[in-house]
Amino acid sequence: MQPIAYTRVSDVTSAITEAASDPGSEFLAGGTTEVDMLRIGVARPRRVVDINDLPISRIEELPGGGIRLGALARMSDVAQAPSVRQRFPMVAQALELGASAQLRNMASMGGNLMQRVRCSYFREGTAPCNKRVPGSGCAAIDGVNRGHAVLGTSEHCIATHPSDVAVPLVALDAVVHIQGPQGTRTVGFDDFFLLPGDTPDREHPIGHGELITAIDIPPMPMARRSHYLKVRDRESYEFALTAAAVAMRMENGVIGEVRIGLGGVATKPWRARRAEEVLTGQRPDRETFERAAREEMAPAVRRSMNGFKAELGRRTMVRALETVAAMGGTA
Amino acid sequence: MSHQTTHRTHTARVPGQPRATEAAPVAAERGPGTVEVTLTVNGTVHDIEIEPRVSLLDALREHLDITGPKKGCNQGACGACTVWVDGRRVVSCLTLAISCEGHEVTTVEGLADGDELHPMQQAFVEHDAFQCGYCTPGQLMSAIALIEEGHADDDAEIREWMSGNICRCAAYPNICSAIRAVRDASEGGR
Repeated sequence: MQPIAYTRVSDVTSAITEAASDPGSEFLAGGTTEVDMLRIGVARPRRVVDINDLPISRIEELPGGGIRLGALARMSDVAQAPSVRQRFPMVAQALELGASAQLRNMASMGGNLMQRVRCSYFREGTAPCNKRVPGSGCAAIDGVNRGHAVLGTSEHCIATHPSDVAVPLVALDAVVHIQGPQGTRTVGFDDFFLLPGDTPDREHPIGHGELITAIDIPPMPMARRSHYLKVRDRESYEFALTAAAVAMRMENGVIGEVRIGLGGVATKPWRARRAEEVLTGQRPDRETFERAAREEMAPAVRRSMNGFKAELGRRTMVRALETVAAMGGTA
Repeated sequence: MSHQTTHRTHTARVPGQPRATEAAPVAAERGPGTVEVTLTVNGTVHDIEIEPRVSLLDALREHLDITGPKKGCNQGACGACTVWVDGRRVVSCLTLAISCEGHEVTTVEGLADGDELHPMQQAFVEHDAFQCGYCTPGQLMSAIALIEEGHADDDAEIREWMSGNICRCAAYPNICSAIRAVRDASEGGR
């Protein structure tokens, strides 16, 4: 690991000032990504600004049943919060199916959104990677791409977004609060994660010195009936091959409203809007679920080793829909 | 967790150096060269000279000679380096030592009360829950924590919440039975 300087800050303004005034400074929160990236030499800041003392770790109630998650709230604390477990079970499930207990105790919610891809070519310092060195090419497209994305890809990058909790959060239209040298702003969850396109090195709309301060989950009563299904090579402590987060509301025997997020199949946490459209107003039966899932996965671009993800993603979505439909509740 | 402050002693302090537990200086840049870092480990305060890039794991092992936490993968994947920071289990390989100033670190060395083993250590012995023993310190720190966290209801839950600790000898069944034994002995007593 290259030598680094260290500054600990205790308020948001100082954190932003320190980082914004120095292009070589990066924030250090839980460290589960940052320290790892420092060690493998992919992150090369001159200095880390330790933000763990900032007072932005609370889990608060919002009017109407929403929840505000402080950016430094730990994954384990958010998963345990009764309000999250009751109102948004798929969020708690996604958190507890991510990483390990030790890492969930460390990792912050803001850091989770800022984590880098697990593409081994990105993390291996000598392979061509447009994310790490723009214009150098993509070794994954014709390489070992079993874990890579089939949706939202470009000819420049097919890395899968690794976050679990981002999948239910995109289904819930969560909102990211950002503070920077120019003040505060909010970004909708689906706009926070950028498709790779021609600029795969640009993963977020966050500028240097800008800090995520909170993530809001808006009220959504129907999310009490929700489920996160994660499919992976081993039962625990592994990234998703495919994942689906589903919340559904029935109305007079048909689907009144449905929200679907997909993980493991796309370059960003994927909002399954095509499937949602197909399902709305329809009876919740297997045939409809399969049609919706097929339509969502239709644009899948298969590479040499990841073609199975289109089919596995379809099945994952169908099973998650069936699971939520079977929960019954308000008809 | 009542085992954290059993043997509190204090090493000599450099005059004029503020204790890290007191108000930390805001926005003072330290490093990248060697700086003085104050760590509280198993109730003892230590001042060490390290670079900011040094992990908690390396600070413990290389600078404090606290070698219970083991260096396995050094990338957060194996759990052999698991310690508690402020009573929460974390991997010390992905933790910078300097970021632990003002926090309490507990390692496997902090579990026993003198010569009396922690009940989980005793259970690991009785249930033959280790073979090579390399992963054992981390397994112990997680095993105690998962009972405290309330995640020891059944074997499936124990296995899931121990899954951040890898054992290459596959002592898992015996680790599970050791955890069950401690869970059952402590039920009602928490």
